[in-house]
Amino acid sequence: MTLSVDVRHRQGAFDLDAAFESGGRLTALFGTSGSGKTTLVNLVAGLVRPTEGRIAVDGRVLVDTAAGIVVPVHRRRIGYVFQDARLFPHLTVRRNLRYGRFFTPAGERYADESAVVDLLGIGDLLDRRPGHLSGGEKQRVAIGRALIASPRLILMDEPLASLDEARKAEILPYIERLRDETRIPIVYVSHSIAEVSRLATDVVVLSGGRVQASGPAAAVLSRPDALPVGERDESGALVDLEIVSQDDAFGLTVLRSSAGEWRLPRIGRPVGTTVRARIRARDVMIMTQAPAGISALNVLAARVEEVTPGEGTDALVTLACGTDRLLARITRRSVHALDIAAGRDVYAVVKSVSFDGGNPAYAAPRAAAPE
Amino acid sequence: MSWLELGPEEWSAVRLSLRVSVWATIASLPLGILVAWVLARKSFWGKSILNGLVHLPLILPPVVTGYLLLLTFGRRGPAGAFLESCCGIVFSFRWTGAALACAVMAFPLMVRAIRLSIEAVDRRLEAAAGTLGAHPAWVFATITLPLILPGIVAGMILAFAKAMGEFGATITFVSNIPGQTQTLPSAIYTFTQVPGGEVGALRLTVVSIGIAMAALVASEVLARRISRRMDIG
Repeated sequence: MTLSVDVRHRQGAFDLDAAFESGGRLTALFGTSGSGKTTLVNLVAGLVRPTEGRIAVDGRVLVDTAAGIVVPVHRRRIGYVFQDARLFPHLTVRRNLRYGRFFTPAGERYADESAVVDLLGIGDLLDRRPGHLSGGEKQRVAIGRALIASPRLILMDEPLASLDEARKAEILPYIERLRDETRIPIVYVSHSIAEVSRLATDVVVLSGGRVQASGPAAAVLSRPDALPVGERDESGALVDLEIVSQDDAFGLTVLRSSAGEWRLPRIGRPVGTTVRARIRARDVMIMTQAPAGISALNVLAARVEEVTPGEGTDALVTLACGTDRLLARITRRSVHALDIAAGRDVYAVVKSVSFDGGNPAYAAPRAAAPE
Repeated sequence: MSWLELGPEEWSAVRLSLRVSVWATIASLPLGILVAWVLARKSFWGKSILNGLVHLPLILPPVVTGYLLLLTFGRRGPAGAFLESCCGIVFSFRWTGAALACAVMAFPLMVRAIRLSIEAVDRRLEAAAGTLGAHPAWVFATITLPLILPGIVAGMILAFAKAMGEFGATITFVSNIPGQTQTLPSAIYTFTQVPGGEVGALRLTVVSIGIAMAALVASEVLARRISRRMDIG
């Protein structure tokens, strides 16, 4: 699937001018509120008509103002999961789920209702009405309703924003399953770096109605200049770690990346599983000599790739650790004092690893690396 | 309680009033929904003129409305002559004319109730139905219409009640012919104009109160059933 967007849209004082292309399984539209994310998905869904531009999914043109093409909403077959579920209050869950199926041409109905119901765990809710569902249940039904219409693409506009942390944790695994087990591409709007780094294969960063960066998630999220200003402190690297063994004596899990071995608080998943960790730049220290007598467990040999002076007192150091990249935020004074420059071999000390709530073993979303 | 027993003429007035009111309510409903929808959702040049026209019967003296109906829908009126020659529909001095007069008089009340309920519909639900593949006409039939049902019921009850009580426009347009156009209010009026008619007037008054109460209770029961079905109540 390729979603290609090149639009300009003016709405009051707000001005959107965005162009990007994405072929990912889950493309996150990431940005602060007011950056134009929702306007952009409304343009794709057809709820809003762009002032000017072109939107196509897999080469099928949805809007092309130059050619005078505007496909109406109901013919686009693009599923939309709204932030506020928007279930039909006068219909039961079952009839909500089946609503879109009726309008899908028989030859294009690929979604299997019972499979979707199983995937989302909503089998017990079918005879209830939306007024009797919790927020998390409503959102799962809304996802199911969009799926059963057999859409070509699913848009999710901050589907977790109105839920509390417990409900978020309840829904996230379902969205992951949707991403991994179905072939429907997803466009996911979010302002939460935790959700984006957990779910996204591709990221489009929006700011003030402009695309600030776009590309594969790991590449985009490691660039602090690509993140919204308020989230820059959160910038870091995404590293996939494979579970090698469990160290029961000390309650640790041994993991491996291309950079070497990691020891983290116990992760309750089977050996061989790969987990995605986010390592914030401010949680990485740099040492110029092999550290001795250090309590930190995760020390990795690395080579400096690039030093980028940031705003204020800090500099951002990109480190190559095997084939992975780590980011370290250190002071410019340290860069100068330790003579850190591209090509130098150093050691990265990781103080904390975050799994963004993706790991059921952690109650807290962030786990300090043990020392 | 023999004084409560209705004579044949009185029965015919009651039956006629019921028939006139039911027809006035049902026949004007589709147009009422359409006008309410246009007023609630559309903006166009002349919207305030349409709004004014709809509400005019509420403000004008009923006699004026009746007279205007006589001018347009009477046998020699432009609309009346046309309808008679093309479809054989005659309004003047027939029960159909009474129904037309009642419909016109009740129309603003019906439109107002339905319009308010359309304005209260969450349009985001309609947008959601659109993304699921529903054509706007289907969205209206499957989402909007069920959601405004309480408003439609309220509008119909109001219109029915207004039609049952309508007097001025009806008597001006179709006169007061027993068995033809003599509705309940006209019959009561006639009783009050003849010596010794007090008992008859009182009988019909009791009937009027009974019908009004029954309509109110029915609307209450219906509204409760609908809101329970939608989990609002």
